Amino acid sequence: MADSAAAPQAAPHAGGAEVTKRDFLKLVTAAGAAVGVGAIVWPLVDSMNPSADVLALSSTTVDLAPVTAGQAITVMWRGKPVFVRHRTPEEIAKAKVDDKGRLPDPALDAARVKPGKEQWLIVVGICTHLGCVPLGNRSTEVRGEYGGWFCPCHGSHYDTSGRIRQGPAPANLAVPPYAFEGDTKIKIG
Amino acid sequence: MAGLHKSEFENPVINWVDSRLPIFTMLQKEYGVFPTPRNFNYFWNFGALAMINLVIMIATGIFLAMNYTAHKDMAFDSVERIMRDVNWGWLLRYVHANGASMFFIVVYIHMFRGLYYGSYKTPRELLWILGVIIMLLMMATAFMGYVLPWGQMSYWGATVITNLFSAFPLVGEHIVTWLWGGFSVDNPTLNRFFSLHYLLPFVLVGVVFLHIAALHITGSNNPLGIDVKGPQDTLPFHPYYTIKDSVGICVYFIVFALFVFFAPNYLGHADNYIPANPLVTPAHIVPEWYFLPFYAILRSVPDKLGGVLLMFASIGVLALLPWLDTSPVRSARFRPVYRILIIVLVVTCVVLGVCGGKPAEGIWVVLSRIATAYYFLHFLVILPVLGKFERTLPLPESISRAVLPTGGGPLPGGAAAKPMEKA
Ligand code: HEM
Ligand code: FES
Repeated sequence: MADSAAAPQAAPHAGGAEVTKRDFLKLVTAAGAAVGVGAIVWPLVDSMNPSADVLALSSTTVDLAPVTAGQAITVMWRGKPVFVRHRTPEEIAKAKVDDKGRLPDPALDAARVKPGKEQWLIVVGICTHLGCVPLGNRSTEVRGEYGGWFCPCHGSHYDTSGRIRQGPAPANLAVPPYAFEGDTKIKIG
Repeated sequence: MAGLHKSEFENPVINWVDSRLPIFTMLQKEYGVFPTPRNFNYFWNFGALAMINLVIMIATGIFLAMNYTAHKDMAFDSVERIMRDVNWGWLLRYVHANGASMFFIVVYIHMFRGLYYGSYKTPRELLWILGVIIMLLMMATAFMGYVLPWGQMSYWGATVITNLFSAFPLVGEHIVTWLWGGFSVDNPTLNRFFSLHYLLPFVLVGVVFLHIAALHITGSNNPLGIDVKGPQDTLPFHPYYTIKDSVGICVYFIVFALFVFFAPNYLGHADNYIPANPLVTPAHIVPEWYFLPFYAILRSVPDKLGGVLLMFASIGVLALLPWLDTSPVRSARFRPVYRILIIVLVVTCVVLGVCGGKPAEGIWVVLSRIATAYYFLHFLVILPVLGKFERTLPLPESISRAVLPTGGGPLPGGAAAKPMEKA
């Protein structure tokens, strides 16, 4: 092959590089190979994404009746803890006042609960910093400066609306997709 | 005998093999007569120790894997069964767990040797970069291994570290879900970590091979940091350094045995003997000691993405070191200022390590910020500038002139005429 390419004009890097048929063929071959490799690699990479059975387990129903005002429970959804908190009127009022406070990730309290169900705050119990479970779901645990939750791992404080107020976490505790199925029952996911 | 290698070995069987596949010739060349600077000190033991350590990890790991079950409901109990019921299981596991710590001790000293004697400088840049890659692979391997017993620290360490990737904008969340194979650290995560924990050590073997291949092109550096000028500066690797390495290996095994038999859990965390519980985070999540300095850098930045980037940069900066250090003199022996600064850098890393193990509050945050700033200052500002201003001491003419009482005889012409040789 080296011999056949020895014609004078076939020195592509020597100044006036001419585009030859061979250059074109090389390019097409390389492009074909790249597509082929991609087609083989993608199934391997995608096999590591959540599988169908993991995705299928993605909803949970919770009965709210036993949770009295001021109490909170933890339920599992997609392998993660979800905090279901029955807020007291004072906690709701505080969250509303805090709407005007300093919020690193601004969100109104009203947008984080369902209309007419302000007492129920449902958030994913995973610190948005590096994924620890914040303390504060039990009333005996520290709840931080803002009366919501406190993450002991690197010191993030959340308020009574689950919004980040202080510490390294960049975002509010996530509100999972959920809907009320009757007055005292919700379906998460 | 066209097509056959001309073997010098007398033993007919060895000769027969060697003529067809010259592995014996290669071993003899690379480990028998290989010309090695005659002035090595004991810091030059640590490469050989690291290799032995890798072999120990693979050997104990393979036998542990015969009794280990990579399932979230069974992993913890299978490790307890290894400890209580499997013949010698306790030994296998303690050697493997403490072997990881020994591995990092050895490799960190090996790297310090490189920093002190300027082994990263031309022509050994690629050799050094391969070393940085080895360190990254070791960190990944050790991290995933620590997840396997599925205790509280395994679980929460895995959670915190994988969540680091969520700091990247847009793709972060997808990367983390992909790493987990779900929506939290769970059974799919444990399975893939086991698979990769088994694989990566063999990748390490490959990179170590390249590391050695590159070493045998440039030859070893030495405590004087000057080039080998001729045969009077070297000794054959065998028996001189096979023996010197053996002495180090004995000391290494004594230290290793002290950990395994007298303090097998000293470097571990009691919390990892509590089965993983996704609902309760331990009050103090602390990584293994060898990750503490990096963890301190991560936490010293109040911004999530910033902390993650800085932590990766602290390793990336090592790969750039051959170009950041502008001094032409290799060994710190002839660099009076650098010689002090390198000790300051070691102290900085120790301070970072201590801070990484403390809760991120009060004085510890301040200290880790100062130490982090100094770490980067050392590599990015001090080293480039120092090389231009430092008054280095005169270098010896040659290794043999410097270390032999007789001065090693006359030098081959030319070399003697360069008293201020710059590396
Ligand atoms: C670079 C080499 C390696 C390093 C640094 C390393 C590191 C670790 C660490 C830190 C642990 C956790 C120990 C504990 O706390 O219990 C571990 C566990 C484990 N490793 Fe490795 N490992 C290496 C090679 C291997 C290899 C080649 C295998 C072969 C399959 C293996 C199999 C295992 C198994 C089955 C466990 C779980 C049992 C246990 O926890 O003791 N490892 N490894
Ligand atoms: S994980 Fe909560 S503060 Fe870092």
